[in-house]
Amino acid sequence: MSDAKDFAFTLTGLRIPYFPGCTLKTTAQNFESSAVAAARALGIELVELPRWNCCGTVFSLAADDLIHHVASIRNLIRVQEMNRQGLVDGENRMVTLCSMCYNTMKRANLRVRQNAEDIKKINDLMYREEDYQGNVRVIHFLELLREIGMGKVKRAVKKDLAGLKVAPYYGCMILRPKEASIDDPEAPTVLGEVLRALGTDVVVTPYNKVCCGSYQTVHDKDAVAGLAYDILGHARKSGAEAIATTCPLCAFNLDNRQKEVAEKHPDFEHMPVFYITQLMALAFGVDQGVLRFDQNYVDPVPLLKKHSLLDK
Amino acid sequence: MEEIKNPVMDIIAEANRSATSGIDAKDIKDWITISIMGRAYKVPADLTILAAMEYAGYKFVRGVGCRQGFCGACATVFRKKGEYKLQTGMACGTRAEDGMHLAQIPFTPAEKASYDLTKEPYSASVLIKYYPEVARCVSCNTCTKACPQDLEVMDYVQAALRGDFELLATDSFDCIQCGLCALRCPSEIVQYHVAQLGRRLYGYYGLGVPEHLKKRVEEIEKGRYAKALDTVIAFSNDELRKQYVGRDIEPEQ
Repeated sequence: MSDAKDFAFTLTGLRIPYFPGCTLKTTAQNFESSAVAAARALGIELVELPRWNCCGTVFSLAADDLIHHVASIRNLIRVQEMNRQGLVDGENRMVTLCSMCYNTMKRANLRVRQNAEDIKKINDLMYREEDYQGNVRVIHFLELLREIGMGKVKRAVKKDLAGLKVAPYYGCMILRPKEASIDDPEAPTVLGEVLRALGTDVVVTPYNKVCCGSYQTVHDKDAVAGLAYDILGHARKSGAEAIATTCPLCAFNLDNRQKEVAEKHPDFEHMPVFYITQLMALAFGVDQGVLRFDQNYVDPVPLLKKHSLLDK
Repeated sequence: MEEIKNPVMDIIAEANRSATSGIDAKDIKDWITISIMGRAYKVPADLTILAAMEYAGYKFVRGVGCRQGFCGACATVFRKKGEYKLQTGMACGTRAEDGMHLAQIPFTPAEKASYDLTKEPYSASVLIKYYPEVARCVSCNTCTKACPQDLEVMDYVQAALRGDFELLATDSFDCIQCGLCALRCPSEIVQYHVAQLGRRLYGYYGLGVPEHLKKRVEEIEKGRYAKALDTVIAFSNDELRKQYVGRDIEPEQ
């Protein structure tokens, strides 16, 4: 991005602290590149936290296991620093893209905000850092879209995705537990709202929040392939041509595990799995280099060509 | 034979001479009491931990090296009088203080992976394959607190986790491999070995072979330096020493 454009953002755009997480820097670079570009098209500059660390990966449920919340809270201190250093201006929201990072940090934040003793202990342990004041709000990118309004998303569309039949898939991490949910945990609509703004035909299936198998994928591929078969099969039966999600782990289980699904079920028809931001970038008409379909397992190119949605 | 002066060797010899050798105890005015592994010793004030322990009678054969704060061999752990915190540092570069509790930490016997760089991809997965403990980092920052070089150790471990080889290489560049980070890490990560693998990968894949190195290797292979090398090999010991001492040395920075 040029300096001139950077300057323009400081005048007119929204600059917001952004936490990428390890997966978006390794196996889900397509999620990050498409999200950053899509956000820019909406006048939002996702400003990466300086010196961020792993989110903590999984929210620890043990009552006395404070050490596993240190990673999350340290990142929230970086947001305080960004405000003080002028990287952002009075912005206490921190945006995440990965659902798992969102869930871990959201819950760690809730826990320490509700428990003064926790926050004191963690601050004491991190005595080299400034104290966490408890004022940062962890939000998911989809919540940010809701906050700026789906009307704005719709107005940014240059080439609507009419005819593309997409089933939103939520997974668990942005819906559960209830206090960390970004939407109605039983009947979520936010992904559908974004997809509708982009012009796609939204296909709602009852499997849109059934667990993808999560980390079982490491030692029980078959169990996860079974879940993927059900989730994708129901989407296909409901008329969907593709899935849209925001979780790199769900995406991996639904996308990459199609290899095992196809081995088990010879009649299985592969289905592309998109990050919602890839579809946003596509509809916003930004440079298609950011789509990075090389990191998708099932190639979405034939489907997008069928709908004449690709530049070349 | 003409006396040969070599300032570098003199400096090393001087540093290795005990700070108090040749001085009579009655001429030393200021004394402190230190405790070495639970036993009290009276030693002259203003010595380093290393010199104080040697004065007390310890002889280091291993666990000591350059005595200049560069090699990382004399990593040690200590506690100051009245403090609860265990501190770490290099014995050759930390001053012994009255009431200090000292111990000898000679070496961190950490597992070091064996690998062929040319057969590995340039990706974070390599670091996790050889050092899976990296993924257990809880971001407690204990490693950074332990580092006598004041490196941001946790930051480079985090960079390793997300495959940011440039940050990993630059943040860990001044590591002296003393092992204190690994001794203190609750997640049992061997930070300095991870960093070394990271720097090697960054050097091999990230930076590529520099042009001037390629050119020099070509010159060597074409035999440009063969004659000069033959001349040096033919020198007598005395001539070789004279040439070595009289060589051009880069000026002190």
